[in-house]
Amino acid sequence: MGKKILLENLDVPGIRHFDTYRALGGYTSVEKALLEMSPSQVVQEVVKSGLRGRGGAGFSTGLKWSFLDRRTGKPRYLVCNADESEPGTFKDRFLMEHLPHRLIEGLILSAYALGVKTCYIYARGEFREIIGILEKAIQEAKNQGFLGEKILGTDYSLEIFVHPGAGAYICGEETALLESLEGKRGNPRIKPPFPAYKGLYGCPTVVNNVETLAAVGPIINMGGEAYARIGKGKSTGTKLISACGNINKPGVYEIEMGLPVEDFIYTEEFCGGIKNNKRLKAVIPGGSSVPVLPSELILRTASGQPRLMTFESLAEGDFASGSMMGSGGFIVFDEDACMVRNTWNLTRFYRHESCGQCSPCREGTAWMEKVLYRLEHGNGKMSDIDLLVNVAGNIEGNTICPLGDAAAWPVASAIRHFRKEFEYHVTHAEVVKNIHHGCLIPFSGDTGTQALTSIQYR
Amino acid sequence: MSDRGLAHHLMIRENKPVAFSAGTLEKIQSLILRYPEGKQKSALLPILHIAQEESGGYLSVDLMDYVASLLDIQPIEVYEVATFYSMFYLHKTGKFVLEVCHTGPCAICGGEEILAYIQERLQIKTGETTPDGLFTLREVECLGACGNAPVMQVNTGFREHLNKEKIDHILDELRARANQEQTPDLKWAKKFC
Repeated sequence: MGKKILLENLDVPGIRHFDTYRALGGYTSVEKALLEMSPSQVVQEVVKSGLRGRGGAGFSTGLKWSFLDRRTGKPRYLVCNADESEPGTFKDRFLMEHLPHRLIEGLILSAYALGVKTCYIYARGEFREIIGILEKAIQEAKNQGFLGEKILGTDYSLEIFVHPGAGAYICGEETALLESLEGKRGNPRIKPPFPAYKGLYGCPTVVNNVETLAAVGPIINMGGEAYARIGKGKSTGTKLISACGNINKPGVYEIEMGLPVEDFIYTEEFCGGIKNNKRLKAVIPGGSSVPVLPSELILRTASGQPRLMTFESLAEGDFASGSMMGSGGFIVFDEDACMVRNTWNLTRFYRHESCGQCSPCREGTAWMEKVLYRLEHGNGKMSDIDLLVNVAGNIEGNTICPLGDAAAWPVASAIRHFRKEFEYHVTHAEVVKNIHHGCLIPFSGDTGTQALTSIQYR
Repeated sequence: MSDRGLAHHLMIRENKPVAFSAGTLEKIQSLILRYPEGKQKSALLPILHIAQEESGGYLSVDLMDYVASLLDIQPIEVYEVATFYSMFYLHKTGKFVLEVCHTGPCAICGGEEILAYIQERLQIKTGETTPDGLFTLREVECLGACGNAPVMQVNTGFREHLNKEKIDHILDELRARANQEQTPDLKWAKKFC
């Protein structure tokens, strides 16, 4: 399972610079595509690869590209979504910091495939250092004739610019990102029209995540069919997982899709087990927006099968007993974590980041935060728990963009799986008034399968 | 958002003439050229970053009006953007802005304790500036460095794997730096790239 595609050569000194990257086979895919392949052949390879968006939704990249309106006379744009702000997710930052040319290479190929002449990388404003690294990489590629006018002597020309955001989670939503790129507030647009028809400046636009675009280089090099053989089923290829929380080895790991979650958490190659020899309580497997799962359901599906790191397996059982792959932000909670406190914390995040356009999200996130705050601080009522379920249910699906869903799911799932802990906060108000009440003994984690396996792995 | 929405009336009008240096104007022109003709408003976010850096770390109304004139857009178009994004400050800040992440992954790794400890060390609350004008303390939502939690941002740089000893060290280091280098102001000396 140690297959490295995106992070290949990560440890080579100087890999951030063009010469080293090139000497190890970098940019050969650009030569192959521009000199030997037509744009539609490049698209075909991506379709064959089965590549799915790595930003959170998991939508087929080939299909997204095929929607691009090529018949208008308007210019077309490719926008790279580098506004990585989902709590628990830091894989794009890692990739751009260490292997910026992997992204530039993928951008050139994708832009060529889509007939794009101008490409923008929208990077979150806090990534000041990363923006500098990317601009340097772009300049290096330009100096070597891989960007700019008449690339490699062909008729194809391309410019890539980095555009800084300024601190708004909502700008990771593709239409909010486009608004922001146009110099406006990041208010998501009503869809349709989709960006493929009316995107940046009203022109056909494709918005893809950093990791998605970075994968295009290896796909062209090895061929779409070979890429599709990596992974499991419809989850092809490898995925960057950013692991954080109460584990021994937080960090960014490239995994082949299909790795059992248990191996990911407990083996030395990846997370290295739970920190301080504690027990696993819960995991949010795909960034803070996706449903949280208790230890027994993250390691095994409801039907008792090992849960795997694939789009399908993580979603198995739907929201009743499953979650989502999301952005790959893997947040691990040990037995000391208070799920009410954590849910309050994340709801505060969504309240802060709601753009304010849609009433259900603007009012609902603030309402949920208020209720969760009083539950967490020992002032809640039993009816508050159903109130939360009700408010979350009325946000979900009733907003222009998915931020509403993203705010509702963590609350609904925490109550679904940890309802007793919420009730405990009402019945034991004096206990939870102590700010360090994290370790609530009756809910300190499952002692079943995962306790055995953790011993086994240690 | 809602926090910032309430802050509108705090925007500062100084009635002082504002003008960028020739070098800054040249940089701004090159930024505008990155976008298609007639779409110069796209350069607003990058220009506001520069404007904030050039003028001591916050956006006054005078400065925003000036930026509007450079882009040939209405001042309100600048205000609505400046009040939306959390990286734009509408009031004066200290020399060093400490922004501590307190979102989920940092919180379970001790981010809230770090925030409390800095409050105790500096004797200020979140959102306040120390009387000597050195430190402004803010709490921020996810900085995207959860693997190195707890994390804070000091001006534009990240400080990671924080603990109490590290905070002591960082505060001492920043104080020493402030004493050594009176001018130019370190915070805004680093040009936006």
